[in-house]
Amino acid sequence: MNSLLQHLLVLPILVPLLCAAGMLFIPESRRGVRVTLALSSALIQLLIAFTLLYLTSDAAHFIWPEGVGVYAIGNWAAPFGIVLVVDRLSAVMLTLVAIVAFATLIYAVARWDRPGQPFHSLFQLITMGLNGAFLTGDLFNLFVFFEVLLAASYGLVLRGAGPERIKFGMHYIVVNLVASLLFLIGVALIYGVAGTLNMADLAGRAAALSGEDRALFDSGAAILGVAFLVKAGTWPLNFWLPGAYSSTHAPVGSIFALMTKVGLYSILRVGTILGEDETLAAALLYLGLATLIAATIAILASKHLARLVSFSVMVSMGILLAAFGLRIETLTGPIIFYMIVSVLTTSTFFMLTGMTDRTRITDPPGMPDDGPVSAAPVYMSYGVKQPSVSHEDEEVGVAIPAVMAFLGLMFVSCTLLVVGLPPMPGFVAKFALLSGALRESAGDSSVLSWVFIAAVVLSGFATLIALSRVGMRLFWSVAARTTPRLRVLEAAPVALLVALCLALGVAAGPVARYLDETARSLHKPDTYVRTVLAARSPPAEEAK
Amino acid sequence: MEMLYSIVIGILAASGVWLVLRPRTFQVLLGLTLLSYAVNLFIFGMGRLVEHKAPVLAGAGPVDPALYADPVPQALVLTAIVISFATTALFLVVLIALRGLTGTDHVDGREPTE
Repeated sequence: MNSLLQHLLVLPILVPLLCAAGMLFIPESRRGVRVTLALSSALIQLLIAFTLLYLTSDAAHFIWPEGVGVYAIGNWAAPFGIVLVVDRLSAVMLTLVAIVAFATLIYAVARWDRPGQPFHSLFQLITMGLNGAFLTGDLFNLFVFFEVLLAASYGLVLRGAGPERIKFGMHYIVVNLVASLLFLIGVALIYGVAGTLNMADLAGRAAALSGEDRALFDSGAAILGVAFLVKAGTWPLNFWLPGAYSSTHAPVGSIFALMTKVGLYSILRVGTILGEDETLAAALLYLGLATLIAATIAILASKHLARLVSFSVMVSMGILLAAFGLRIETLTGPIIFYMIVSVLTTSTFFMLTGMTDRTRITDPPGMPDDGPVSAAPVYMSYGVKQPSVSHEDEEVGVAIPAVMAFLGLMFVSCTLLVVGLPPMPGFVAKFALLSGALRESAGDSSVLSWVFIAAVVLSGFATLIALSRVGMRLFWSVAARTTPRLRVLEAAPVALLVALCLALGVAAGPVARYLDETARSLHKPDTYVRTVLAARSPPAEEAK
Repeated sequence: MEMLYSIVIGILAASGVWLVLRPRTFQVLLGLTLLSYAVNLFIFGMGRLVEHKAPVLAGAGPVDPALYADPVPQALVLTAIVISFATTALFLVVLIALRGLTGTDHVDGREPTE
């Protein structure tokens, strides 16, 4: 039984990969089969993620006694072979991916997975990349999984074409390609100096370096950090983010809410394993504050909801980076809590944007139309006949009553979540962050703590102003608006995520305790390092 | 050899950076290609430059690692080449799509107004 459970670790990568590959063999006309396959893959991932969450917790000691599971691929021992590692942080992130992916997929099935566009395969590949990035135990595979999720995201960003979307998609691709090259330079430098890319092995070897080697290693780590910060959307490196996020389709934006967090996860993971460093912390703090301030100003200036939500992604990244840069260990738990809440919130908000967009009568100039009509020049430039798109499934399905009331309620909930007002967990998370910073503000870094606190409070206030303005225009304006027909399938995931957030707010105590425990294990990487390097005995022989 | 090697990487990287910052999409594409060449050579160089040494251990028993080239960077560079090749090909598609949709090859999709 235990040896079978060991293999659970590789499934979050295998299941979406197989599903994406299998999807290619199912013709477009059999939409039911495709949808069933995609949904069942997402459901399996959800189950696996919950199981891993349980197995790494204190409740289950029978398989991974220290809460760290290691899977040596091909049964090669750790520093030489490739390992997958699950610890509490990975399990939490996997669960988050599975929840968001499941909700987004249900939402997408209602309207967005039109024929002619390979939505499902790309979507599965993006979840595979995310899962892999959270599970991998060495730096080069982190790069590979980054590329998997980025390549899938390039495809998703361009879905439906339209000049605006292609333009921002192109910027997105160029910036991420350059960031990937930086990533490679960093990885190569680290390998050249330390002679290993396994994160657990690196922890020991990095500490032993000195002199010139140390300087080279540090510069390699710094270049790697820049690559992570580009993905995380930190201030001077984030000009690709708002355009790309706000011009995509709603379900794509919803899953993209997770992608900036991969950058943050990498910083957390690599940063804690390589040992904390004052320069790194200071850089993160200042960059985080700069991101926070820039995003706050941008939020006040943005008029369209999708853009506003994109900037709120930046606000949350700023808060998270700055909080990590404060170097307060007790703050790491609240950081993870805030990250979870902000992913759920932005994902919900992007889905909501897709629905409120339909209340407008005229699209403002510059916003791309959903229709595939504008793709004609692309087909022309390839000399291919444009496939005809059937709209027969446009208004099928059960519509929900009281659409505007539902949208309004969801909008208010999301606003409360983003701004961080009770009774939503956004409040609990921000409160924990601020009280943690306050408690430590007696020390040397008191000025910076106060700057952080002021910036967080002000950014919340600015977000509230901007969202109220948009909300009033959306729901209270006298101009005649069409009331869209919403299907249950579309409304349900949004309501589900909001309900989940509410539950997180109610159960904030146990969740925060679990995350504090996660943070403690993150700050003591010894267990992680020891378990990974000790995992030499093949699980199959163990069973015999 | 190290000197020549690093000069080559430097020239490739410098040209690549310059081209990536140009306003035309095709220049950006060439820039990305040159940059990825530079990075691939750099990864390869990180395994130390050696001559006439095989990257795989021959035979069983204890061996002297000094007699062999480091195989890991060669494996890494192979992966990196494939990935950058694929993403560049994808970028080419986007480039053509943008050209078809906007009628210009400027990265912003419109000509700058003088």
